[in-house]
Amino acid sequence: MSSTTEATTKNSWYKRNEIAATPWLFLIPGVAMFLLYVIFPIFQSINVSFYEWDGLGEAEWVGLGNYEELYWDDAFYVSLRNNLIWLVLYLLAIPAGLFIALFLNQTVTGIRLYKSLFFFPFVISQVVVGLVFTWFYDPTFGLLNQFLGVFGIDPINVLGDERYVTYGIIAAGIWPQTAYCMILYLTGLNAVDPEQIEAARLDGAKGWKMLWHIIVPQLKPATFIAFVVTIIGALRSFDLISIMTNGGPFGESRVLSFYMFEVALSEYGFRMGYGASIAVVLFLIMLCFITYFLWSMYKDEKGGR
Amino acid sequence: MFHKTKSVLATLAATAALSTGAFADGHAKLSGDLVIFSDMSNPAPRAVMEGMVERFGAMHPDLNIELTVIDREAYKTQIRNFLTANAPDVANWYAANRMKPYVDAGLFEDISDLWGEPELADLASTKGAMTLDGKQWGVPYTYYQWGVYYRKDIYEELGLSEPANFDEMKSNCQAIIDSGRKCYTIGTKFLWTAGGWFDYLNMRTNGYDYHAKLTGGEIPWTDAGVAATFANWRELIDMGAFIDNHTAYSWQESLPFIVSGDAAAILKGNFAVPPLREAGLDDSKLDFYQFPAITAGVELAEDAPTDTFHIPSAAKNKDAAKAFLKFVVSAENQTLINNGENLGQLPVNAKSSVDDDKFLKEGFEMLSSNSPGGVAQFFDRDAPAEMAKVAMEGFQEFMVKPDNLDKILARLDRAAQRIYK
Repeated sequence: MSSTTEATTKNSWYKRNEIAATPWLFLIPGVAMFLLYVIFPIFQSINVSFYEWDGLGEAEWVGLGNYEELYWDDAFYVSLRNNLIWLVLYLLAIPAGLFIALFLNQTVTGIRLYKSLFFFPFVISQVVVGLVFTWFYDPTFGLLNQFLGVFGIDPINVLGDERYVTYGIIAAGIWPQTAYCMILYLTGLNAVDPEQIEAARLDGAKGWKMLWHIIVPQLKPATFIAFVVTIIGALRSFDLISIMTNGGPFGESRVLSFYMFEVALSEYGFRMGYGASIAVVLFLIMLCFITYFLWSMYKDEKGGR
Repeated sequence: MFHKTKSVLATLAATAALSTGAFADGHAKLSGDLVIFSDMSNPAPRAVMEGMVERFGAMHPDLNIELTVIDREAYKTQIRNFLTANAPDVANWYAANRMKPYVDAGLFEDISDLWGEPELADLASTKGAMTLDGKQWGVPYTYYQWGVYYRKDIYEELGLSEPANFDEMKSNCQAIIDSGRKCYTIGTKFLWTAGGWFDYLNMRTNGYDYHAKLTGGEIPWTDAGVAATFANWRELIDMGAFIDNHTAYSWQESLPFIVSGDAAAILKGNFAVPPLREAGLDDSKLDFYQFPAITAGVELAEDAPTDTFHIPSAAKNKDAAKAFLKFVVSAENQTLINNGENLGQLPVNAKSSVDDDKFLKEGFEMLSSNSPGGVAQFFDRDAPAEMAKVAMEGFQEFMVKPDNLDKILARLDRAAQRIYK
């Protein structure tokens, strides 16, 4: 008796609030997954970072000990410095992508083929990109040094010299990232309003002026997305380093994500707590950017209405 | 429980003893499942592993053996998971400090009783590497020598002979450099190859006991003995003995330099021989010598890394696992799996015979009669993993920037104080 009343009330409550409740019903699986696999591990990592733990035995509470060790750890500062270099130089992919997109935004026979060729580096695996660039940089047999040899320049050991190694890897990383930005801008260029261009042309705008004042402002959404993916791509750089140098020579090409992997999960690592504390630092850095992105998106949405 | 009668035992002994060795597992008939996880994933080791399982299975028809072969590199991370969550009955791993985390965490079974049996007395030479806390935690199945593999034809061309001491080694090297070549090829991209050089220079400069104490954390890295080792190393670096740009190469990528004759030698384990032979260096061009003495009076000691089998403590069929371990180390099996067609390495059982291969014979002779100092595993197995990582990174830095030595040693000392506490 009571159950029937309950069922009818439930039913009627749902009927009454169907429009408001249904989106949430659809969201439940996604939100649950997100909480379980993204949000919960974040807090778990923060928790682990307060322990000294090898992944097997008992975890020992060390409080902020891992962070104190990070403070004295030279390798941590090398990683942090490299992360900053990555962040700054990786952004070059955005203007590079824009100019390639402008170059390819023409109607010429076979342009689709050229577009695909330019997009190609983004499609192939980062592992392959890393291997190709490793061969290219090889100090004895590599194409780069064969080429430099023609001009009588001594071979440069790009990946084996601590001065050049990070830049060498970033150059390899920018190649596919440029292709990614290019495709974003190509789609953006499709949405550029031809009437505005025509109007600008009537007013005598040409070349740089046209680009800077008419085209680029209209590409703002594409630029924003390119900025987001490039920043995140720079901060999560890992596979190229692992493939090309394994963090070497003597740890000079490490970034935070790779250092975290090294101390926590690699062959000589298994310091879960220390790894987690590096991950937390990386998370805090990412959080700054994510907050900025979310804030600027929120502002745009508000302004757009 | 199945108890077999004397007649069954007699029949079994009569049929199986000849091919499988005197012990023939005559204790209890094995049944149930035997789960084996192995990291022998390269083609030749894989065939060896499968062959062993097949022969062991033929001896124990009631036993259902499940073999899982996992990629060697992936195995290094997976072992932590499967030992805790889903333990097999037998698992591959490495000797010495490399097994310490699992022994400390109680994940490997103490098999001292197995080592107490008379058949295992023939493994005495490797018992030390399997011993932690006075107990044995696994059995070895193969090991291999380290040494200097050199281009015999280049040495002959320059009128050089195998060096007997460090001075000869340096004068040979000078002659090689004067002929426009490098003395040694090495690829330090993956760091451990530099650990091999440190092992030998330190064991020759200060001796095995010193080396063991250093890797065991009893001697600080700021000690004068360590400085002497690096001073010797620096002599080689300063004369230009090593190939340029070695930080960019793995050890495999460093082999073309010795094949092409741009470098005359390589310090490496016996596993370097097959690729060098495949690249065209036959026995008339490739030869081997023991790393020469440096400090007079220091007994020669060698690196000879040992690969092993263990029983996880969570294993379900420990009787069968122990029988399998005994089978693996038996003299006959050792002779078979270590021959040139299979692993091409050295058997651990003293009663086994070494395959008729120039390098295996020389290596076996060196290890059995000319390493009175002792047999070390390898830097990254003798030292704790964390220390090995920091130290080998330091060795690589030293090879590129020898002037940084003081900074490097201070760093190692700081790391050691944390790791060995």
